Amino acid sequence: MKDHWLVRESTIRRLWVTFVIVLVVTVLVDLLVQHDGQFWLTGTFGFGAWFGFASCVALILLSKALGAVLRRPDTYYDR
Amino acid sequence: MTASAIPPAAILILGGLLLPFLQAQLRAAALLLLPLLTLYLIWQVPDGVALQVPFLGYELALVKGDALSRLFATVFAVMAFAGGLFALNQPRVVELSAALCYAGSAIGVAFAGDLLSLFVFWEFMAIGSTLVVWSAGPSARGAGLRYAAMHLFGGVLLMAGVVGEVAATGSLIFDRMTIDSVPRGLILAGFLVNAGALPLSAWLPDAYPESSWSGMVFLSAFTTKSAVYVLMRGFPGAELLIYVGLFMVFYGIVYAILENDMRRILAYSIVNQVGFMVTGVGIGTEMALNGAASHAFTHIIYKALLIMSAGSVLFMTGKRKCSDLGGLFRTMPVTAICGIVGALSISSFPLTSGFISKSMISEGAADQHLALVWYLLAAGSAGVFLHAGIKFPWFVFFQKDSGLRPSDPPWNMRAAMIFFSVLCIGIGVAPGTLYAMLPFKVNFIPYTAFHVVFQLQLLLFSGLAFFLMLGWLARTLTITLDLDWFYRRLGSVAAGNLDRWAGRAWHRLVQTTERRVQGAIRGVRRYHAPDGVLGRTWPTGSMAFWTTLMLAAYLILSYL
Repeated sequence: MKDHWLVRESTIRRLWVTFVIVLVVTVLVDLLVQHDGQFWLTGTFGFGAWFGFASCVALILLSKALGAVLRRPDTYYDR
Repeated sequence: MTASAIPPAAILILGGLLLPFLQAQLRAAALLLLPLLTLYLIWQVPDGVALQVPFLGYELALVKGDALSRLFATVFAVMAFAGGLFALNQPRVVELSAALCYAGSAIGVAFAGDLLSLFVFWEFMAIGSTLVVWSAGPSARGAGLRYAAMHLFGGVLLMAGVVGEVAATGSLIFDRMTIDSVPRGLILAGFLVNAGALPLSAWLPDAYPESSWSGMVFLSAFTTKSAVYVLMRGFPGAELLIYVGLFMVFYGIVYAILENDMRRILAYSIVNQVGFMVTGVGIGTEMALNGAASHAFTHIIYKALLIMSAGSVLFMTGKRKCSDLGGLFRTMPVTAICGIVGALSISSFPLTSGFISKSMISEGAADQHLALVWYLLAAGSAGVFLHAGIKFPWFVFFQKDSGLRPSDPPWNMRAAMIFFSVLCIGIGVAPGTLYAMLPFKVNFIPYTAFHVVFQLQLLLFSGLAFFLMLGWLARTLTITLDLDWFYRRLGSVAAGNLDRWAGRAWHRLVQTTERRVQGAIRGVRRYHAPDGVLGRTWPTGSMAFWTTLMLAAYLILSYL
């Protein structure tokens, strides 16, 4: 039986292409938008994009570091 | 008695107590109709004290209405209705009965005009929610006990604070306070225990996921959000709450990123979302308080929706771990789509309810020129998309094919999810109705070009980070230690060791005492036994000799 169309490789490739186009468009739209510029970084080009990306990378790294110290098997409290 | 004099809380509490005595069909009807009747009564409550009863020389304001009370009571009643609909096929009547009492008590908290009524409903909530946890069966016993202990402790803090406050001011009125005395600090601490703030936040991800597939839906709504309500009422603008709230935001994200159990992910995410609200309360301007209140309203709906979606998966598959799940979108399309709507709402995607509420909290920070707070809230928003917005639906419904082929859950569960999905999008598209219910007049337009573009960039690039770093986020069969380690592990290890140490110390004490007593007996025997120096019989002659000697000595001394 063929797998669901959504998980076929061709679909996934198409989804990635669409995703990248959407990403580029949301950044380019920045040129047309009047920035609020409340704080010194908010006026930078594509602020939401780079700030969101950087925040997530930082959060993942932070959790990895914390996990390295605090991770235990999930049966830890059953013993 | 006019309708306004009937405490809305009473309907659900009494209904909950009577529920076990009803036939199955009547019970179903009660589950759906009582919350609607309560909703009607909530909207009949006028501004000001509507019901007062004398008690020990004090006047208790059992029902006191204003916009804030009605807002929270409304969403609690809506939640009780949808939760009841979702739980119609829950065979454990104790859970349903406890859940109605729990919802009713939360509404009681929302209308309590004095500290004593507040305390009574607060404790009712603790009892109701503990019973909801326990009714999941033997597996929830330990977590339920820890949950009960924690909330009774919170209740003790609150009671001590209330007593101190009454002793100091002679007044029971529950209104805005500054943290300028020990009793008020205790009241705040009692509130924060229920909000899931550090250091006592671990009870939430410990207990809630152990409840049944329907129980967690109720649990997610009332305790933490009634805590947000009392913080808004009692401590708006307390700067401490900004830091407490921001810590909760990031604590929730980091632990949820590391978590494998889908229901624990959502539990950590409750702490994260309540963190946004607590921050808003701490900022304390009209904009921020409106943001916190509306965020509590929308959060109850989308969080319950997410937990219904997870509950449906648990109900149909019996599995909770992301590592066991995946690919369920094939056979559970309704659950998956509703879960995604909830996930988009929690991430504050434009056109969903989260967008129109959370942005007001950020705006509150911006208005006050709190740059760092604003940046951290924005980073937190990105993190929400990461840990709940994508992670939950991705690992449960997509990811890999787990081979599981469950169908969507029964009609009532689907109906509850669809109802809340419609609310999530409806509120997001047309926020006017919700804005009109807020405690302060709203001067805020959520859909400006900058807001929308900024939020889309933030979320979509968070999504990019998620998929690029997917390898780092692979699920493992692990948990992450939290501060509950101190009472779950250190405490039990210490108790075990204490037993051993105490036994050993006792043994040593007994041995030493025995040796000492033996030594003493030997000493006594050496000198006083029949053949001892002091025990021997002496001849009469030697006694006469010594007496003479002493008399002679006395004679000589008296002449000198």
